[in-house]
Amino acid sequence: MPEIRNYTLNFGPQHPAAHGVLRLVLEMDGEVVERADPHIGLLHRGTEKLAESKPYNQTIGYMDRLDYVSMMCNEHGYVMAIEKLLGVEVPVRAQYIRVMFDEITRILNHLMWLGAHGLDIGAMSMFLYCFREREDLMDCYEAVSGARLHATYYRPGGVARDLPDRMPQYEANRFRSAAQVKKQNAAREGSMLDFIEDFTNRFPGCVDEYETLLTDNRIWKQRTVGIGVVSPERALQLGFTGPMLRGSNTEWDLRKTEPYEVYDQLDFDIPVGINGDSYDRYLVRVEEMRQSNRIIKQCIDWLRVNSGPVLTEDHKVAPPRRSEMKGDMEALIHHFKLFTEGFSLPEGESYAAVEHPKGEFGCYLISDGANKPYRLKVRAAGFAHLAALDEMARGHMLSDVVALIGTQDIVFGEVDR
Amino acid sequence: MSGFLDTVIYTATTLLKIVLVMVPLILSVAYLTLAERRVIGSMQTRIGPNRVGPFGLFQPFADVFKLLVKEVIVPTNASRFLFLTAPVLSLAPALAAWAVIPFFDGGAIADVNAGLLYVLAMTSIGVYGVIIAGWASNSKYAFLGAMRSAAQIVAYEIAMGFALIGVLMLAGSLNLSEIVRGQSGGFFHWYLIPLFPLAVVYFISGVAETNRAPFDVAEGESEIVAGFHVDYSGMAFALFFLAEYANMIMIAALTAILFLGGWMSPIDGVGDGIWWFLGKTAFVLFLFLWLRATFPRYRYDQIMRLGWKVFIPVTIVWIAVVGFAIWFEIGPWFQQRA
Repeated sequence: MPEIRNYTLNFGPQHPAAHGVLRLVLEMDGEVVERADPHIGLLHRGTEKLAESKPYNQTIGYMDRLDYVSMMCNEHGYVMAIEKLLGVEVPVRAQYIRVMFDEITRILNHLMWLGAHGLDIGAMSMFLYCFREREDLMDCYEAVSGARLHATYYRPGGVARDLPDRMPQYEANRFRSAAQVKKQNAAREGSMLDFIEDFTNRFPGCVDEYETLLTDNRIWKQRTVGIGVVSPERALQLGFTGPMLRGSNTEWDLRKTEPYEVYDQLDFDIPVGINGDSYDRYLVRVEEMRQSNRIIKQCIDWLRVNSGPVLTEDHKVAPPRRSEMKGDMEALIHHFKLFTEGFSLPEGESYAAVEHPKGEFGCYLISDGANKPYRLKVRAAGFAHLAALDEMARGHMLSDVVALIGTQDIVFGEVDR
Repeated sequence: MSGFLDTVIYTATTLLKIVLVMVPLILSVAYLTLAERRVIGSMQTRIGPNRVGPFGLFQPFADVFKLLVKEVIVPTNASRFLFLTAPVLSLAPALAAWAVIPFFDGGAIADVNAGLLYVLAMTSIGVYGVIIAGWASNSKYAFLGAMRSAAQIVAYEIAMGFALIGVLMLAGSLNLSEIVRGQSGGFFHWYLIPLFPLAVVYFISGVAETNRAPFDVAEGESEIVAGFHVDYSGMAFALFFLAEYANMIMIAALTAILFLGGWMSPIDGVGDGIWWFLGKTAFVLFLFLWLRATFPRYRYDQIMRLGWKVFIPVTIVWIAVVGFAIWFEIGPWFQQRA
């Protein structure tokens, strides 16, 4: 009799469910996974090292490229670390704008996650439905920063510019009739806030739609309930944060426990799972989308009635207005200094963390007093989650590994950095 | 001499019949791919292919042309003979099974008495193509797909067979034309009604047997990439594709014949004919596409569970029920017809 041995299966990096460039070496006993060994680093771009050779304000753009589906939240963690060390005040309006865009980003991220997770488990339509809504939020990114993905919108001391008064509109062409365009532009007639408000009114209905397709679907439940169960204690030991931790029945959200910006003035709930399986994490994230929608609504209401500056007046940190530069020597010098050598941070270190859609995103900054960081360490949530994949996947089947990669919401931009 | 002439004429007419069935069949396979993309497209709030020709009507030909001119790559470690045999083994039974399908009254290439058994045999043989393809590719992903497919076919073939036994008992014949005639008398005489649980089991087993979503674990796009045909390219791949769609149409046609009264009109005697058969088949095909756009994929062991623990018991129970009903000649459906 030949000896029956386990075999190894190379899963990725070119694999439809690898979420980019994950390479898993799976030790399999038939269809059952005995060991999952994640190999990372295929998307390593040396962001932390690059930051050491650039002025502080030129690294913001690299932050977008870490977790490339929740761009502005990455920026937020980074600029908060700078602000902490610099001691610069952020205008309240900028804080509200940041919170609003953080939550828009959370919805963006969760929509991407829901679509990809659905696609991994075989619910192909989810992907397209999610991307339909995602498109509107992408337009918000574009309207405010000029870029759909890599916005570079948050700056130390505020945000790059105030919200625009009008939304870009579609134009008719040979593929798109005038009537169609009129329909598409219906929500774009007013300001950007009007557009977002229209979205927030529409969005809960969309989430209901996703839920009718998945939440009570027998197949969806069979594929997610009891898959990758993590106990609350183990989740803490493994360094889980965000929905991964909250899915395991642990109430921990930096927006509530260590409020930053204006989160302490806003009304929202933190959903928590019970069993710590993939289905609970799914429910947590879906509810988070609803809560984010609520926060955005509150921000819109505040932003409508309160105007004011959106960037600090300290021109050592933030560039002066264009008009000032034309007549004021000092403003011109500020501008020149800021865009050539940036600004210097006082000697010291700081750690700032935000509740990123995937968990705790933190930037640990050490400054030696120069205009570049001595060292920048990025704490990415996905890294800790991926490290637990082996533990979560053991004893499950090959199809469940795919579901687990989905439920972890891994993005390699931030894992490999 | 006249005997020889008869043979020639018989052969010629049979060949003509085969051409008359095969050409529309291949065309409907081609247009089923287009219909699938357009139907699922509209279900997913997108358009689907509409660039090649009016409404994208030439898209299937463009696809076929592309696949024809692509190279068929045989992996170095593959068993060359089996690797190239597998697609043929997969397609041939899928087409051969059409020989006994009655499109209208008397409209079958071969109106054989054991038609149902023949169809069962042919559709089951198709799985050899899948298994051999997975084995010959010498790739772990393909092998996993083949193993899944083999296990799946065993589970669902039994449920399917049991579902057909109910039809057999009611019709009292294995001849597909006889089965359709047994359902004459309008909608309420279709076997769908007395055999509803069996019809559902049959249709779902059919979806599973053709490896369509949500039972497409043998291809499992996001798990084992493309499963058994991961290493195939060009026309070899296209043959698998052709076989899958021919099987889909086959299952849809059989559902129409066995449970939906084949060429019979839902109102007794009003315009019976091939159009009813085609319409019913198209409707069942639409269900295939609808399922694919709606459901997530089952896990492999869950499919096994559904097959063995749900479908087989359901069919056995219903066969017993039908047996009793026929024995005691109950109700409008189970009385012996003279």
